[in-house]
Amino acid sequence: MLTYLAKRLLLMIPTLLGAAALIFFMLRVVPGDVVEVKLRADGASVTQEVIDAERSRLGLDKPLPEQFATWLVGLVELDPGLSMWTGRSVVDEMSIRLPLSMQVAIMGALIATLMAVPMGTLSALYRDSPIDYLLRVFSLVGLAVPAFWFGMVMILLLLWLFNWLPPVIYTPFWVDPVANLSQLIWPALVVGIRYAAVVARMVRSSVVEVMKEDYIRTARAKGLDEKAVVIRHAMKNAMLPAITVIGLEFAFLMGGLVVTEQVFNLNGIGQLFVQAVAHRDFVLVQNIVMFIAVVFVLTNLVVDLLYAALDPRIRYR
Amino acid sequence: MNAPDLFPSPDVGPLATESNSKIMAGSTIEMLRSPALLAVEDLHVHFVQSDGVTRAVEGVSFALRPGEILALVGESGCGKSATALALMRLLSKPAGRVVKGRALFDGVDLLQLPEAEMRERRGRDIAMIFQEPMTSLNPVLSIGEQLMEPLLAHLQMTRQAAQKRVVELLKMVGLTDPQRRLEQYPHHLSGGMRQRVMIAMGLACNPKLIIADEPTTALDVTIQAQILELMRDLARRLNIAMIIITHNLGIVARYADSVNVMYAARLVEQGTADDIFGRSSHPYTIGLIDSIPRLDRPRQARLATIEGVPPDLMAPPAGCRFAGRCPHRIEKCGEDPPLAVVEPGHQAACWRADELLARTARAVQPVGVVIPPPPAADAPIRVSVRDLKRHFTVSAGRGWFGGSATVKAVDGVGFDIREGETLGLVGESGCGKSTIGRAILNLDTPTAGSILIDGQDIGDARAREVRRRTQVIFQDPFSSLNPRMTVSQIIGEPLAVYKLEPDAARIEGRVQELLGQVGLMPYMAERYPHELSGGQRQRVGIARALALKPSIIVCDEPVSALDVSIQGQIVNLLDELQQKLGLTYLFIAHDLAVVRHISHRVAVMYLGRIMELADRDTLYRNPRHPYTQLLLDAAPVPDPAIERQRRPRVAKGELPSPINQPKGCVFSTRCPMATAECSEAVPALRPVADGHYAACIKV
Repeated sequence: MLTYLAKRLLLMIPTLLGAAALIFFMLRVVPGDVVEVKLRADGASVTQEVIDAERSRLGLDKPLPEQFATWLVGLVELDPGLSMWTGRSVVDEMSIRLPLSMQVAIMGALIATLMAVPMGTLSALYRDSPIDYLLRVFSLVGLAVPAFWFGMVMILLLLWLFNWLPPVIYTPFWVDPVANLSQLIWPALVVGIRYAAVVARMVRSSVVEVMKEDYIRTARAKGLDEKAVVIRHAMKNAMLPAITVIGLEFAFLMGGLVVTEQVFNLNGIGQLFVQAVAHRDFVLVQNIVMFIAVVFVLTNLVVDLLYAALDPRIRYR
Repeated sequence: MNAPDLFPSPDVGPLATESNSKIMAGSTIEMLRSPALLAVEDLHVHFVQSDGVTRAVEGVSFALRPGEILALVGESGCGKSATALALMRLLSKPAGRVVKGRALFDGVDLLQLPEAEMRERRGRDIAMIFQEPMTSLNPVLSIGEQLMEPLLAHLQMTRQAAQKRVVELLKMVGLTDPQRRLEQYPHHLSGGMRQRVMIAMGLACNPKLIIADEPTTALDVTIQAQILELMRDLARRLNIAMIIITHNLGIVARYADSVNVMYAARLVEQGTADDIFGRSSHPYTIGLIDSIPRLDRPRQARLATIEGVPPDLMAPPAGCRFAGRCPHRIEKCGEDPPLAVVEPGHQAACWRADELLARTARAVQPVGVVIPPPPAADAPIRVSVRDLKRHFTVSAGRGWFGGSATVKAVDGVGFDIREGETLGLVGESGCGKSTIGRAILNLDTPTAGSILIDGQDIGDARAREVRRRTQVIFQDPFSSLNPRMTVSQIIGEPLAVYKLEPDAARIEGRVQELLGQVGLMPYMAERYPHELSGGQRQRVGIARALALKPSIIVCDEPVSALDVSIQGQIVNLLDELQQKLGLTYLFIAHDLAVVRHISHRVAVMYLGRIMELADRDTLYRNPRHPYTQLLLDAAPVPDPAIERQRRPRVAKGELPSPINQPKGCVFSTRCPMATAECSEAVPALRPVADGHYAACIKV
């Protein structure tokens, strides 16, 4: 088990290296750079010397491989550089925004799991009944409606029904839980419902399959009541594929907060990312993407470990 | 309700197989005196689907006394499993429903009980054992956990008490090291061990009745014998009534007290095992018994078969359901025959039952046609396998890059097959017989050794030409045909690939010719596989194999997925084709009787090696290797009189894992004759008589 873990962690290195190379070189293909955006933003005429001086200050005049190597070394030393736009350390820029984004993502995942598992299971157990149709319509709508629209409707409804808007200033949970939750529960709901729709479909089809298995018939033949049959025998098996989806979606969510944060005007990683792209702030962009890649890989590892914990047939070596 | 005397721990001594016949005789008399435990009266079960109603069970009635073993026999789809599931009230919902009938169990009608009360009886009074031990246990719950459940649910035991009982049960069903088994999961156990766990689960609450639905169909023949001996022994000792549902008449003859034969949803004959086998009075029963190839009789030229297929239960014909396939049909058969008494305790649903009874009571007349002679000794050798080895590397062990182990699927096998000859390759699952087939078909590259087809090494030959000459018939006609292709496309595809016919019209003509050769109607060319029955699909598989005019056909378990009456038709067809086209067969199977019927010579395999090789009659009459002897002993013969006299020897233990093969003779761990010498060196396959080879140092 420990060797497996070590093996997996080591295997992350080539994966992340590949991701880093991809991000780095793809960004350089995009026309324009931060210096032009910064200095020529309002159509101001700036001499070429000034621009060149700024470029060389930011290291943009060095050959690409050298820039890449510098970044990699920075990554390893956990000092990935300074934002090209604000000049502040990337770590600082991200760490003030990370708690908010992480909280929304985790709350979204919790909401999704708590909704999707019972919904999918009910849907499967009462297949082709009104409950099933209702829940299936819900997941279809959840998948089809774009997050920004759903977010806007939510804000409008809050305003219209309660004449209340969620606060804009982020309060950490441990400072004032009520203020914190009243701000973040709404974006978490928006991402959570979409997430729940995906997971509920998976849970439903997985429970439907499992309920056809021979061992379910065996469990019934033992004289167990239906509750025990479903919870003990069916759910444990049905959750296996569902966990994969929950994990994958969580990783996607970290990257997908961009829109929701924009709608709710939250100063999170997503919004930082949008700004960084707009400013051609290469350093910031590549580090944010890198961070999301790490979250992705780690989530996958956690899913695999969880799988092994639930399914005795899987043993990692 | 959980008074301690409800589950007295029965003694857990070794299985008393020696005194089985005595026990049986004594308890039969006792049984007949006691009142019925279960009385099923006029049971009707329907499956309501969107395209119609399948009447799966119609008017089935029978009674069962405590300690009695009743067999419910019939081919797939005859309603035997539906009957059992209806009694357990476990018919799949919402399609399956009982529309009529009673099932009095201890005087209470099971079919009328509220679900909660039925649930209390399930697993406590009535237990059920299912066919597939591989899928019937929950893969993510431990064995102990699953075995404890009925005890906790029904007897309100504490976990400690339940655990103690579970250990006791595991010992009772003959599992070694029961304490450790509690922590294990189903995937740690072999099929036979899992079925023992299922039996232990059934026994947990001391039920009065156990319903076993094809309990050994998925198991190898030596394991099957172990499991059935165990079940019978437990039934006798604990006075548990048992319903065994099976299509295997050999099992019925060996283990059942009374027999119910079902055909197309109805009971057609009912009586004691002696009645059914010795004095069968229904043409279906007679046909069924005749169509099994038998190990205890000389080989017949052709297998007797029942022509045709069972009727569609959505729209059954009026009158006798069997009339369409019956050789004794008369006009009166257009009316429904009642299940009428032909002699005390023996009923049959046939208008001519009395006549038939008088006829079968006389000796069986063998179909006296000349048996085709084996090919001449100077016929050219078509297939020559020399010291074939196929080893697989599997990852095992620990460490950074994982250790690896070698599975010796085939380890040093050699034989020749002459033109027009059939070599039967028998053995239990995992013995490597299919791997050899794949190697001959050039679908797999052997680790070592060579295969010569017509004297040419297939490693050197052009793969396409070898493939054309060697074709295959697969086991499962349900999954080996592409569901989206018509019969004509399936059979015509190889012709187009090899460009054997110049144009589409010629291909069409050849397809029609092939359909005729395998006994299919021309209009079937445009059908899809799902529109055909199992037997018809297998015929399509044969036609596809014949399309390229091969000289060698590898038949990989071609009949094991088919019902008995259909099996005979296919075997006869293969026999005919061989004579007509001079084909050479490698016939891979696990059914010893079928292999004997079709083969000229037989090779018995065990764990990747040939244990014995001889011509058919020598091998079956005078088996020399202890493994062959055990295999033949384990296979039941469909005749209760013979079965009662035999004292079957049961092979001990499980098939060893191919990763950790025993040292020396691979069979030494299960061999009754094994001594220390046997584990020293691998015995070579050596001649013990002319043309008779055995790999054993004791013969």
